[in-house]
Amino acid sequence: MPSATATVALRAEGVSKRFGGLVAVDGMSFALAENEVLGLIGPNGSGKTTMLNLISGATKPSGGAIRLYEHDISATPASEIARRGVARTFQIVRMLPSLTVLENVSAGGVFGHSRRWGRDLEDHARDLLRRVGLQGAGDASVSALTYIDQKRVELARALASDPKVLLLDEWLAGLNPTELRTGIALIEQLRAEGRTIIIVEHVMDAIRSLCDRCIVMNSGAKIAEGTPREVLADPEVIRAYLGDADA
Amino acid sequence: MNLPAAIALSHREQIKLLAGVLIFGAAALLPFFNTTYWLSIGISIAMFTVLATSWALFSGPTNYIALSTAAFFGIGMYIVGGGLPYLPFPALVLVAALAGALFSAVVGLATLRISGVYFVIFTLGLAELVRQVVAWAQHVMGTSSGLYVLIGISDQAMYWLLLGLAALVFLVGWAIGRSRLGFALRIIGNDEVVAVHSGINTARAKVVLFVISSTFAAMTGALVAPRWSYVEPSIAFSPFLSFEVVIMALLGGVHRLWGPLVGVIPFTLLWEFISAKFPSQTTLLLGACFLLIVYFIPRGVVGLIEDFTRERGGAIRDLLKRWTGGHA
Amino acid sequence: MDVIIIGLLLGGTYALMAVGLQLQYGVARIMNLASGETLVCGAFGAVWFFTAYKMSPLYALIGVVPAAFFANWAIYRFMMLPLVRRAKNQGQLEVDSILATFGLSFVAIGILLALFGGEFLAYSYLATPFSILGQPYALNRIVAFLGAAVVCVGLYIWLHHTRAGLTLRAVSVNPSAAGLVGINVASTSALAFALGGAVSASGGTLLSMFLNFDASLGVIFTLKALVIVIMGGVGDIRGAIVASFILGLTETAVATYLDPGLTLAAAYVLFIVILLVRPEGLFGRRSS
Repeated sequence: MPSATATVALRAEGVSKRFGGLVAVDGMSFALAENEVLGLIGPNGSGKTTMLNLISGATKPSGGAIRLYEHDISATPASEIARRGVARTFQIVRMLPSLTVLENVSAGGVFGHSRRWGRDLEDHARDLLRRVGLQGAGDASVSALTYIDQKRVELARALASDPKVLLLDEWLAGLNPTELRTGIALIEQLRAEGRTIIIVEHVMDAIRSLCDRCIVMNSGAKIAEGTPREVLADPEVIRAYLGDADA
Repeated sequence: MNLPAAIALSHREQIKLLAGVLIFGAAALLPFFNTTYWLSIGISIAMFTVLATSWALFSGPTNYIALSTAAFFGIGMYIVGGGLPYLPFPALVLVAALAGALFSAVVGLATLRISGVYFVIFTLGLAELVRQVVAWAQHVMGTSSGLYVLIGISDQAMYWLLLGLAALVFLVGWAIGRSRLGFALRIIGNDEVVAVHSGINTARAKVVLFVISSTFAAMTGALVAPRWSYVEPSIAFSPFLSFEVVIMALLGGVHRLWGPLVGVIPFTLLWEFISAKFPSQTTLLLGACFLLIVYFIPRGVVGLIEDFTRERGGAIRDLLKRWTGGHA
Repeated sequence: MDVIIIGLLLGGTYALMAVGLQLQYGVARIMNLASGETLVCGAFGAVWFFTAYKMSPLYALIGVVPAAFFANWAIYRFMMLPLVRRAKNQGQLEVDSILATFGLSFVAIGILLALFGGEFLAYSYLATPFSILGQPYALNRIVAFLGAAVVCVGLYIWLHHTRAGLTLRAVSVNPSAAGLVGINVASTSALAFALGGAVSASGGTLLSMFLNFDASLGVIFTLKALVIVIMGGVGDIRGAIVASFILGLTETAVATYLDPGLTLAAAYVLFIVILLVRPEGLFGRRSS
């Protein structure tokens, strides 16, 4: 758990989400200190993405509360949550196909947590493109990019609002070893800037090198919490993963 | 954004502005040619330019098909028809704008929060609903269903008024296009989930645009009311009007501000011809034209032009580039 | 009491057009804005049959139902399927099919105008009183209601107790998953669309026994059918039937106590209530 003195950036209190008869998230509770990197792991279908959707406001919890800097955001619209400083990427990339790469990035920086416009926005977006390794691609159409490059655009778009809390949904999936190293370095930089980050990931190397703490989910519930080394040695975690091809 | 930067125009925009002023200036000369026939067509073109362009302001970027133009148009017309004994014409046009804005805000707030499909359904019968309610109100108040709009406004004056309104639509559309609201709508039209997670209050953006679009429809109805000296529900709330507006906008192309205009001019002329030659088959032909457009030119004439220039690529673009100073 | 019985009789007949649209929208995923015109065609078919052959409009169903089935099958196969294939996503298909069926509705009105003219068409059949609980009601309304009930019950049994019905329901729940288990989604959708058109047209035939029709009336029925489908919950036949009764009752109440010219307003009031209170419909499942 975060130490008592640290500011809690995000807190989940008994959060549940039901879709009809299916319980996707079941009584999740955790707290995330400011500037902490939390890994959310678990087998496929264990409710990780739903948990991210609940934090970003894409869906609303059926029970429990989510607090952002101790303000309850359980019923807050997603757009308002974005304005309060939460940004995210999506498990399956969501591009804005009729906009250029630069416009795709700019889209994140106009209406969210920090708001820019005009030259200021354009400079900011170009900076971010450079940061994710896409300098010079600003005028291209997004459909001309590879899937990996589209993921970079999506991260740049999330960063364009200067978020306090960043949610990355399998952002590192599909990268080759070189790209993975660059990706991990980038996330480390983001943490060094003081951001609080939740990563949902299957790439265990990334989890080990990036996360201060991990929460393991199975069937919607938390089954383990601790440092990556601790949870990955936990017998129940191993049981949850065994027989699952993604382990 | 600082103010000088907002007002400052790029070289390309200056040329576009100049072209716009020249086109409107040339169009304003039409009444001096003294042909009633062409002036009447000019009025139709100006009227549909306002309606189709303002329709595309909302439906273009959001992909929400509004089928309610006739409802707002009819409200504007009826306000002029019913209010003439009490208020001067210009005041009634403003009242019509206000009424259109209020009514569309209610419709938008009720439907646009939820989903595009509900919005389309709601707008589908809206003209008929307002017609029924107006007829009922007149019945209860014991007035006759028709209203006389007897006001000394010449065709020339009406043409200039509509042209002025068209210019206003273009100015508003241009201002929205370079504003945050315009950018928000483009994002919404691409992916509403991304829009929401980028901090855009999507419902508010959509309602604002729908209100702007419907306000123009109500003002148009108010301005052209004197063209019919006798206004009755079947004229004011004709479902064909909504249909024609959608056709013209789609024919031209809804993703450019000037797109609908490219559809309005040829279609109005074609329509003039068809309704003179085949007066009893207009509905059938209108429907057939509509289907042809939906199936064969889904992106409108503007889309065709863009495809053509892309194919011809190099040469034309170079030419344009030199002409507009390298920003094409 | 009068209002309740007349409302229920009307609602029962409305159920046909709603169930027809439900099949087209819930299974084939096409929001058919020309569904009201299909219904008007069914009504005009009955009028024509009755005046030409002086026979019960119920016999007209023998011609109307297959004709509507094939016409709607052809519409799906040759007009909707190309749009389904062209669409890059569900949103694109929604916009295209709305536009195409909207255009189609005007083509249909144009054809009806050319064939029948713009007048109200009506005929008098079984306009004799029939007594229920001591009160007289027009027999034609009762016959129409019974006809509708037969079609709805038959359809329900077919959907829930046959293999073909199961296929339709599978596509309704999830077209891509249905495709994965070997269901031909395109032909199932075509079948549902054709069947939906046939049911809507039979609704028109039955309604024509006590309502007057003209060529331009379709949009009102399209709207009412859409409101019923939304009220009942997309994809749920029982919901559509319950919602039909609610609309029938509301409309009859408005016509009786307020003004017969305000029936569309009744539908809109229900629509707004649904939008504000329960947008997913009475039987719909909350999606999020």
